[in-house]
Amino acid sequence: MSKISLTVNGRSISKEVSDNTLLVEFIRENLRLTGTHVGCDTSQCGACTVHVDGKSIKSCTMLAVEADGSQITTIEGIANGELHPMQQAFNDNHGLQCGFCTPGMIMAGIDMVNRYKASNKPLDEAAIRGELEGNICRCTGYHNIVRSIADASTKM
Amino acid sequence: MTDGIGARVKRKEDKRYTTGSGKYTDDVRNENQAYAAFVRSPHAHANVTGIDASAAEGMPGVVAVLNGAELTGDGIGNIICGWAITSKDDTPMNMGAWSALATEKVRYVGDAVAVVIADSMEEARNAAEAVEVSYDELPAVVDTATAMDAGAAQVHENAPNNLIFDWELGDEAATDAGIAAASHVTKIDLTNNRLSPNPMEPRSAVATFDPAEEHYTLYTTSQNPHVARLVLSAFYQVAPEHKLRVIAPDVGGGFGSKIYIYPEEIVCLWASMKTKRSVKWTSTRSEAFLTDAHGRDHVTHAEMGFDADGKITAFKIDTIANLGAYMSLFSSAVPTYLYATLLAGQYHMPAIHCNVKTVYTNTTPVDAYRGAGRPEACYLIERVMEKAAREMGMDPAELRRKNFILEFPYQTPVIMNYDCGDFPGHLDKAQAAADVAGFAARKAEAASRGKLRGLGYSTYIEACGIAPSQAVGSLGAGVGLWESAEVRVNPVGTIEVLTGSHSHGQGHETSFAQVVADRFDLPVENIQIVHGDTDKVQFGMGTYGSRSGPVGLSAIFKACDKVELKVKQIAAHLLDASADDVFCEGGEVKVKGTNKSLGWHEIGLAAYTAHNLPEDMEPGLKEGAFYDPVNFSFPAGCHICEVEIDPETGVVEIVKFTAADDFGTLINPLIVEGQVHGGIGQGVGQAMLEQVIYGDDGQLLTGSYMDYTMPRADNLPSFDVEHNSVPSPSNPLGVKGCGEAGAIGSPPAIMNAITDAIGTENLEMPATPSNVWQAIQANQIKHAAE
Repeated sequence: MSKISLTVNGRSISKEVSDNTLLVEFIRENLRLTGTHVGCDTSQCGACTVHVDGKSIKSCTMLAVEADGSQITTIEGIANGELHPMQQAFNDNHGLQCGFCTPGMIMAGIDMVNRYKASNKPLDEAAIRGELEGNICRCTGYHNIVRSIADASTKM
Repeated sequence: MTDGIGARVKRKEDKRYTTGSGKYTDDVRNENQAYAAFVRSPHAHANVTGIDASAAEGMPGVVAVLNGAELTGDGIGNIICGWAITSKDDTPMNMGAWSALATEKVRYVGDAVAVVIADSMEEARNAAEAVEVSYDELPAVVDTATAMDAGAAQVHENAPNNLIFDWELGDEAATDAGIAAASHVTKIDLTNNRLSPNPMEPRSAVATFDPAEEHYTLYTTSQNPHVARLVLSAFYQVAPEHKLRVIAPDVGGGFGSKIYIYPEEIVCLWASMKTKRSVKWTSTRSEAFLTDAHGRDHVTHAEMGFDADGKITAFKIDTIANLGAYMSLFSSAVPTYLYATLLAGQYHMPAIHCNVKTVYTNTTPVDAYRGAGRPEACYLIERVMEKAAREMGMDPAELRRKNFILEFPYQTPVIMNYDCGDFPGHLDKAQAAADVAGFAARKAEAASRGKLRGLGYSTYIEACGIAPSQAVGSLGAGVGLWESAEVRVNPVGTIEVLTGSHSHGQGHETSFAQVVADRFDLPVENIQIVHGDTDKVQFGMGTYGSRSGPVGLSAIFKACDKVELKVKQIAAHLLDASADDVFCEGGEVKVKGTNKSLGWHEIGLAAYTAHNLPEDMEPGLKEGAFYDPVNFSFPAGCHICEVEIDPETGVVEIVKFTAADDFGTLINPLIVEGQVHGGIGQGVGQAMLEQVIYGDDGQLLTGSYMDYTMPRADNLPSFDVEHNSVPSPSNPLGVKGCGEAGAIGSPPAIMNAITDAIGTENLEMPATPSNVWQAIQANQIKHAAE
């Protein structure tokens, strides 16, 4: 067991965790933030995507102890009174169906738009599709996910 | 109101999903909750000679280790297939026994042998690894085409040669005569590749037994919680129906795989009674690949005859379908009544005969997956049509046009009676949208860059809204396939609709509300859809085969009829008018030709205070209805795929995909188009990426997302989705269903485009770069040799 201190969605947290606890287990089971999902066991599907110190990370590939001292943002932490533009864009463009991959898609989408804006690169359809290689959706055929991220990129 | 039928209303349910507040089964955590981990067979086929749980039982946190002998000893029944198919020699199907925990024999890798219940998931999994099971390994049978061969391993004793049933549909003599009289016969051998459904939410179950009430509650990832309760109770004797509540909360996709009742739900319920703990199990993705029912897996030889004018004379089909190691809940219906009945396609065929043999193998059970039989039928017909056109030197679109059914109702030779359609219209619309006229120029331009371009068609028809209960009963179904609804107007005038349909991505909470909003001219915000809980919703048969629109919505519509009648009677009484003059408009109930009106809150209050109601009227304002469909609905359309292939690498790019679909009345085109996109995405997966592969020893080689190719965003194009709607005359709203069409229509269009580009028909799904490259090479060698 190790004691870790970190900030999750702006809240300071100190907790004892097993050394083999994955960050996603810590988020779901210890913090009961169940918006972050587990869709596979090989770090392929991206349903568990969160932001660690501002970067998009698959929380199943990281131990909770590795997050000691980090700033974590989960899907529950991005709306500020009103929906984040990425959340709104997914609703506006029907970018979700069953909703299970959606939190990961939104977290990956925010990171993607931020990175492209920071480096002043155009985020066109091909770029969005390429960037989504780490997130699997089985419902939408990605058509409206791509449109949602493109739409949000004009509003962020 | 602007948010009624036909409006692109943004989904009401999205907020909880986009904010992470959706509640899926794995999000449930009960007091006193324990965790289940299953001990699974590592062998495809073996006798179980012993189970030693002593080490596991002593491990930290372990509550119990339970096995199949204890399960059957407690009277838990075998898992059954709910659709009885009779062989052509009038013998019943050979269903082998399937215990939720195997007792003497395991029959596929992943077959559950024992379960560990422990205080934490980690402790349960660790202890499961410490359970020592002794196996006496047996030879395995895996391959569909050779499963009936002499000398093949026998999966179940009561299914000699692994044959489950040998079934036929249609007139064999007439079909043989039609083929014999044909001036051209096109022959084809096709494999329909085995797929893993892969909803993104893995299956999960949380079972809680209340000893004081002798009552069970099961949270589960189900497309049909009432069916689950019925089957768990009536067939598996887990709990009596009135002592079992099944809740399917937010469910993260199903695609068929969450219709069935699996061993894990049965075991969790039973274990919660044994241990007096709430018991949770959540599948890992690896377990999902091993245990979620797979789809497809057909091997077919077919022959289609044509007269000198290109008109079809007959269609003869022989199919072997692999049902895996055990018969899953609807497994027998998929390659029979959901497949052979669609083999006429959109074409006038004087005679059809289809023979289907189903076989056991030492593989994961196979059942319905998005489309369920219809994709297999469509793929076969449409590849035959394209091949025939090429062999006869005809334009593939014109060959289809020449054979289209034009008059309705149309009785096919294979049971189905098509109620309406506009097949030439779908083709016209798709050809215009796909700019087929410009294809030759695009092909020439691609050739100048060293690339191969191809264009392929698929003019599909399928059947949704299963189905008239009496009809399916006469064909062997163990249940009726109606739907039920309750429409409850509250005292404040808002409306709750309780439906037996289940939404797991389909957006019913929006589209169903739109129908009621449209009916009563109310804002969609005033209407709440309640589903997924057997304690809340009276009854239901659930969601599969796009039955929620044609059947579920029809039940709601029927309940609305009754509500409307009572609303009008109350309004007429309160406003001193004739009920015939009362109508709903602008959120109010009005009297024709007057300025008299009442708000829905006033009607609701009057109904529930009952201070001033018409004489003999019961208080309250809530009506229920059961709706039994009169026919299937028949969505149809035309898909056109255009591909560009690099002959050096075999890499296929879909440069344009066009769908022109007829789903009848569109309730919410935004949602309908989303269903089409997703269906085509899965169709592209089947055609180009996905295939479940077993080794000869029955080991699953594609057991993770590292080995099984799921479609990713950069594998797919954007899709052009057009509508050419012909409302169905068979249900009150004219809806047809849109959930499967994309997955049914698209694979043959893609394969026809690829084979057009590479100039050879010798290509099976999935058309991976390796397979396409090999087909190109083989074709070049063949031509060089000629």
